[in-house]
Formats: sequence, C-alpha cells, structure tokens
Amino acid sequence: MKREEIRIFILRVGGTNCDEETKRAFRDSRMDAEVGHFNQLVKEKNLLDYDALVIPGGFSHGDYVRAGAIWAKQIMAKLGKEVKTFVDEERPILGICNGFQVLIEAGLLPQFDGISNFPEAALGANIPAGYNCRWIHLTNESNGRCVFTRRIRKGSIIRIPIAHSEGRFMFSKECERKYLERLLDNDQLVFRYCQHDGKYPDGRYPSNPNGSFYDIAGICDPSGTILGLMPHPERAYYGWQLPDWTKNDKIPAFGDGRIIFESVAEYLTKKF
Amino acid sequence: MLYKVRAEISLKPGHSDPEGETTTRSLKELTYPVRNIGVSKMYTITLEAKSRSDAETKVDEMCKRLLANPTKDNYTIQVEQTQ
Repeated sequence: MKREEIRIFILRVGGTNCDEETKRAFRDSRMDAEVGHFNQLVKEKNLLDYDALVIPGGFSHGDYVRAGAIWAKQIMAKLGKEVKTFVDEERPILGICNGFQVLIEAGLLPQFDGISNFPEAALGANIPAGYNCRWIHLTNESNGRCVFTRRIRKGSIIRIPIAHSEGRFMFSKECERKYLERLLDNDQLVFRYCQHDGKYPDGRYPSNPNGSFYDIAGICDPSGTILGLMPHPERAYYGWQLPDWTKNDKIPAFGDGRIIFESVAEYLTKKF
Repeated sequence: MLYKVRAEISLKPGHSDPEGETTTRSLKELTYPVRNIGVSKMYTITLEAKSRSDAETKVDEMCKRLLANPTKDNYTIQVEQTQ
C-alpha cells in the first residue's frame, strides 16, 4: 500500500477535541485522513473501509460516569463486531488522552486475554489533584512491538504535551505486580514519564504529572497495533508548536510527536 | 414488576478523591471538625425485572459494565419494589 492510499478515520462526538489537528498531522505525513461523527460511522460509513482509527482527546459525552466510559460502551455496543474484525486484522487504533481512557474502558487495552467486557485498568484522578496542561518528557519503552513507535529508538526521550486531570494509570492493587509483569513480558509498555535527563521519577510530581503507577504514560495491546497514551502527539508535530521555539536561533521543522504518525505510516505501507 | 434500585459507586480506599479533599478543606475553613469526606455517586435506576433478585443481578451487571470501574471503584446496590 502506498502512503497516499492509507485511509485514516478520526472519530468525534460531542466533547472531543484536537480532531482537526490530528487530521492535519496525518495529512502532512501524506496519508488520507478524515474526521467524522461517530453516528456517521455507524449509519453511513463502514469502519472496515479504513486502515486505521483514531479516538482523539477531549471530554466525550461530558466525561459523565467516568472519563471515556460512555463513549467506550457506545462504540462496543454499536460497532463491536467491526471493531473486533479491525483488531483481528491488525489495523491500528490510536487513542489520545480521552481516547486512551476510551480504549481502557472499552476493554481494548491492555487486552491481556482478548477484548474484555470489563475494564482491566483505570485512568484515575491525578495526584496531585488538578488539570495539568504542559510539556512533559517520555521515554520510549517499546522493544519494537508497538507499531506507533517503531521508528523511535528504545530509551529515546521525547517531549510531548499533556492536558488532563484524569490520567493516573493504575491496575487494581491486588493485581498490580502481576499485570506489570505481563505488560513487560508482552512488550506492551510503550511510554513512561521521565525527567529531562531520562531518569524515571518513580511517581514523583512534576515529572510524573499525575501519579501514574510505574510512571506509565502509554501502553499497547499484545499485537502492538492498539496504542493508548495520555500525551497529545498531534500538539507536537511541528517545530512551531514547541514551547521554546522563540528562544532558538533555528526553529526545527518538526516536533517529537511526528515520529508516531510516521511510524504507523511505515507499518501500514509494509503490512498492507 | 417495576423496581427502583439505588447503586452507590465509591472509590476504593486509598484512591485519590480530589472532590472529597477540597470539600473537607472548605468545611474545615467553616470551622467544622471534619476529618475526612469521601464523595460517592448514587444512581437511582427504575427498571423492569422478574423478581427482586433479577433486578439486583441486572444492576450488578450494569455496575460491572459501565457504572463502576472495578479497578478503582466499590459499589453497593439497594433494591426497592415500586409496583
């Protein structure tokens, strides 16, 4: 498949955001991306006509019940069969911020034993409490399974902004160690929050902005084709989006978020 | 039969409860001797069910699938018969 033939569908519902920025990022990576309402996908379109699906950030359905919960159940109730086929065929799904919350609530992540009817993890209220909107550092922990980070060397530090108040990744206390081992054994741990020098903050604020267990910022499913992450790569695609661009003599053309879009493009061109 | 079921969702002990912490601070500022406040969410659900236990089973499933996240939430269910 040529890059220009790759079709990306970016879902939106009431309360989502950054869908247009995400579309622009995919298009500037030479893929064909469109934004459409969830109801449009259910009634007028076919998910299986697309090569990748994006669930963007925001506050879908007002974050009622829990962040991402309503939309997750809606997706699985109305498109569950198509989503399962999509997943089985290893077509990529990207969940950014609220999209990550949706993937967790839908049982599409971490998927230790297939798609789960109940959430196997949670993204709880930040510790310390409050909405954090700022640039943070991440390390790429993937050994190569995740198709969204294959072009990032393991251990590399990248800088991408976050914007959330419910991003504290957690497993239930009784399963915490067992599930972490499974994440590591399956190469499902993708991003960890880190300090600017790459050291892990071990849960400490501000480098870990929300108190996430094991400094986890993003995970993938066992196939590596579904990625959920709290940071917003589409807000770090261009050099002019960087927070310190005015301080540098030469503005870089791109930010660190671009490599996520480029990685999935490479996967799709090789796989299909 | 029509049943009214109350499902109360609360955070498991040890989980961050910013609303509870903020409310505790505010009540302390009003000089009340408050030590701690835990905020929970109550859903009052009216539903058709064959029996009391059927109503309870249905709402238990609702809690597991949508209303609570078992990773961080506890829930309790109280059933009342309305008709």
